[in-house]
Amino acid sequence: MSIQDLEKIFQEKIDNEIKIEPKDWMPEAYRKTNIRQISQHAHSEVVGMLPEGNWISRAPSLKRKAILIAKVQDEGGHGLYLYSAAETLGSSRDEMIADLHSGKAKYSSIFNYPSLTWADMGAIGWLVDGAAILNQVMLCRTSYGPYARAMVRICKEESFHQRQGFEALLVLSKGTDAQKAMCQDAINRWWWPSLMMFGPKDSESTNSDQSMKWKIKRKTNDELRQQFVDMIAEQIKVLGMKLPDDKLQWNEERKHYDFGEINWDEFWNVVKGNGPCNKQRLAARNKAHDEGAWVREAAIAYAEKSKHKKQAAA
Amino acid sequence: MKSSLIDYTLHLADSNLILAQRNAEWCGHGPVLEQDIAITNISLDLLGQSRNFYQYAATLIGHEATEDSLAYLRTEREFKNCLLAEQPNGDWAQTVLRQFFFSAYQSLLYEKLQTGNDEQIAAIAAKALKEVAYHQRWSSEWVIRLGDGTEESHDRMLKAMDELWRYTGELFIAADFELQAGFDVALLKEGWMKKVTSVFEEATLPIPPLGGGGAVFMQTGGKTGVHTEHLGYILTELQYLQRAYPNAQW
Repeated sequence: MSIQDLEKIFQEKIDNEIKIEPKDWMPEAYRKTNIRQISQHAHSEVVGMLPEGNWISRAPSLKRKAILIAKVQDEGGHGLYLYSAAETLGSSRDEMIADLHSGKAKYSSIFNYPSLTWADMGAIGWLVDGAAILNQVMLCRTSYGPYARAMVRICKEESFHQRQGFEALLVLSKGTDAQKAMCQDAINRWWWPSLMMFGPKDSESTNSDQSMKWKIKRKTNDELRQQFVDMIAEQIKVLGMKLPDDKLQWNEERKHYDFGEINWDEFWNVVKGNGPCNKQRLAARNKAHDEGAWVREAAIAYAEKSKHKKQAAA
Repeated sequence: MKSSLIDYTLHLADSNLILAQRNAEWCGHGPVLEQDIAITNISLDLLGQSRNFYQYAATLIGHEATEDSLAYLRTEREFKNCLLAEQPNGDWAQTVLRQFFFSAYQSLLYEKLQTGNDEQIAAIAAKALKEVAYHQRWSSEWVIRLGDGTEESHDRMLKAMDELWRYTGELFIAADFELQAGFDVALLKEGWMKKVTSVFEEATLPIPPLGGGGAVFMQTGGKTGVHTEHLGYILTELQYLQRAYPNAQW
């Protein structure tokens, strides 16, 4: 069969909402885009453990500590499903992790911001997970089967995290003046970076058109961003806090909230590695990996020995 | 009697909390993702057990005591955890060995406690035994894997032994509150040595004597609030927000 015929069958499947599975023929670019996107997503889960892990030892109550540990652990689990999904496309986890550690592969820039106070745990849950969920709900219907199925599982846990984050902020918003100030400060710092999570504007986004055609993505960056603003602008009323944007206003004609311009210089700077914590996050991942090398080697050596012993006994 | 029971319950709670706090330091920094999740999961189990014991202690104490006032507002000298729990994570060898010593002890302890006189403690112990059995299996597998893995991992296990063995004796020396409210933990020593011996043999690690000639001197004091210098720093982090914002709700 000619490449053209294969491509035609492939696109027909996509158009008919039939999932692409690991053994199906697929264009190289589709494979590469999925590997890039899924591994980037896996890396984001793993790097995302760091800013929240930062507050486990200092969580203000035993209940909050338990919730936070469970949450960060869930993220590690999401990393595992996603690495497995990416492996079905022929890229090994070791390769993907090596690309993360060398700086070749990206992860979500949001995790290059520091978690400075306890309120950041609430703000990350509410805003960061909230933004992630909109993207992930869309990805539950993405065209690559293993990715879509991993997302279904992940979405269930993420929406739980978002509610927990909101609830943590709600308690602060009803607390002492110092707690209210902590809550507002965290929202101020995380709001704009959360909006940046949806990526560049549609007019600047290089990968969007093809990804939409292949149904890897089903909504554009700007559509998802608008959906997020509309959701959060309502939820913040319950907290009695303010979003740090003077231009935020309901637009009756559009039936959407208008909002101010994102600082795109900051966005690109963080992408390029100049965010407040890019260096520390990568250093922490590299350190864990390097210091764990002897452990992984020992596990392999022991497994080999056990295999030989079993063979000898058989 | 009641004050012994309170102290005893706090002792059980504190050991779990402090080891949970230590294990959680690995979260996001483990040697491989699966094990990062495993050690974090153990931390979460221990934290859950500590909460059960603190909640029970709070009802015994009455007044306005809560699980959080007991965990967050007591001082270094009031904590009654065993010294083993507060020792630093060190490398993976030290962490898994600490867990193995503790879990092997804890499973024997809970087996005994689940048939004890105090219904609450018996119920908490019975419920936790399944978790502890997993911790023991997981940690003994790692002790064996590292002991019988590479030369480096074997050496690191020996070093971990050198760091931690001296804190195991205390587990089997009963404090007064244990004798009054619980039972004589010296009774667990033989069973514990048996477990350690069988795992160490498989791990090709030397088995140190727990008493008699050539034995390592055992450090004690945790149960009566005389700790190693590490505990003060653990509590400083753990208690920071409750201390900085008194009477706030979180």
